[in-house]
Amino acid sequence: MEELRDLFLTYQSAIGFAGINGLLALSVYATLSCGQLSLANAGFMAIGAYASALLTVHATLPFAVVLLAGTIAPVVFAVPLGLPVLRLRGVFLAIATIGFGEVVRLGFVNWDYTNGALGLVGIPQRTGLGSIYAALAVTLFGFWRLRGTRSGYALEAIREDEAAARTMGVHSTAHKLAMFVLGAAIAGLAGALEAHFTFMVSPGGYAFGRVVDMLVFAVVGGTVHPLGPVVGAVFLTSLPEVLRAAGGWIGIPPGPLRLFLDGAILLAVILFLPDGVVSLWRRAGKRRVREGHAA
Amino acid sequence: MLLRLERVSRSFGGVQAVDGASFAVRQGDVHGLIGPNGAGKTTLLNMVSGLIPLTGGSIFLADRRIDRLPPHRIAALGVARTYQNIRLFPELSALSNVIVGEHLRRKDTVLESLLFMPSARREHEVARERARALLARVGLLDRAEERAANLSYGEQRRVEIARALAADPAVLLLDEPTAGMNPAEVSAVGRLVTEVAAQGHTVLLIEHNVKLVMSICRTITVLDFGKVIAHGPPAAVASDTAVIAAYLGAKP
Repeated sequence: MEELRDLFLTYQSAIGFAGINGLLALSVYATLSCGQLSLANAGFMAIGAYASALLTVHATLPFAVVLLAGTIAPVVFAVPLGLPVLRLRGVFLAIATIGFGEVVRLGFVNWDYTNGALGLVGIPQRTGLGSIYAALAVTLFGFWRLRGTRSGYALEAIREDEAAARTMGVHSTAHKLAMFVLGAAIAGLAGALEAHFTFMVSPGGYAFGRVVDMLVFAVVGGTVHPLGPVVGAVFLTSLPEVLRAAGGWIGIPPGPLRLFLDGAILLAVILFLPDGVVSLWRRAGKRRVREGHAA
Repeated sequence: MLLRLERVSRSFGGVQAVDGASFAVRQGDVHGLIGPNGAGKTTLLNMVSGLIPLTGGSIFLADRRIDRLPPHRIAALGVARTYQNIRLFPELSALSNVIVGEHLRRKDTVLESLLFMPSARREHEVARERARALLARVGLLDRAEERAANLSYGEQRRVEIARALAADPAVLLLDEPTAGMNPAEVSAVGRLVTEVAAQGHTVLLIEHNVKLVMSICRTITVLDFGKVIAHGPPAAVASDTAVIAAYLGAKP
């Protein structure tokens, strides 16, 4: 029992980051689920993180209110941003949203009120594993309940063929905007949780690489089911911890090994498991069914 | 007249794909739209369903002007369609494709589902049952769970018809529904279309199978180089000299 407690304390932060990354992967999944590649989520995350951190530092509010503010703040930007950019398709949407992310980051770099490039430090730690995993559970619950509803089918239809969906009466702009805003809200929530978990926010934490990470989590885990992005995030976030142990065994430093393995895993998934790691479950299920028939 | 086109035009750059076409479709009719390849039939259908804007003229549905409305609004007014080059949702099952078609008939919201309200589950069940009935009607109930991409060409066309019917449309636009089908499948589609019209749906049908068009259409409009060159009951259209000239070339 004592050993288990030690293990938990050692990996507490890794477990927390896995949950936060799961939320971030789901924020990208929101737009991917209706076929839109939006890369604005590092920017939305930054807005949520700064908004909540400023509230904690300058006001005494319950943590739930702070988190709510961190969730709503990026929505204020997502609605006016989404209306024009969601007219763009594919790679053009990706480029426009990358632009937004960079504007947000540079805005914070140049904003003296938030200490510019140094960012805000000494934010009290208010996030615990409980709040992270409660947020993750609520988000997953929402995506789960979306399946099978009228809107759930509409989103899948937009992903497959937007024009055909529209001639079936699907208001595609409204659905796309809703998912864009939902993604922004989830990213903001994750940003707020992270800010109160790591004691600090700085613009460098929300650069382009951050949104690429989110996308990689979602792709590796798979976007056919909302559990996919979470599985991908947990898997890739825990990888360094596993490697640190393994690297000790075989005498290779874990840093370079991790980058190499991240790339290799992404490539392998894209080549051999285009529907992501979660599709392994389904495949196993199908094989069982087939063997059952043969028997 | 349920659907009325008035001097509808559409040009793509220098090409006049549809050139001042006017005709009307009567409520409850099966109305054929025929013409040689490139006559502008599909362009016309695309304009009716709002996928491409007109460059001239206007379209009315039950005396309400519908050109300039976005596709989903036109669909909500009761227009459903199939596509010449099949546009099913390839990764979804045949059943899910038809359920998407019911979008305008379903009333359930995400909130009801989040709150586990019985109405959400019931709506989904009703939608599934209706979709299964439609698949049965086009003879594909046993293929309901198959991915649309895995279905044969003829099966895909039938799923598309079921998906369009799922909206319970006032006007059904069919763009070459029998292309690539064998004779047995063709006559099955012919029977289905006649049946659908008898139930009060109005059908506008683009079709190259002359025998089918002559047997199931009440009225036919012939398009050539974007212009209406003939209009009337099948027998009159078949003996029209302009139509014969368009299909076979004029007598020297």
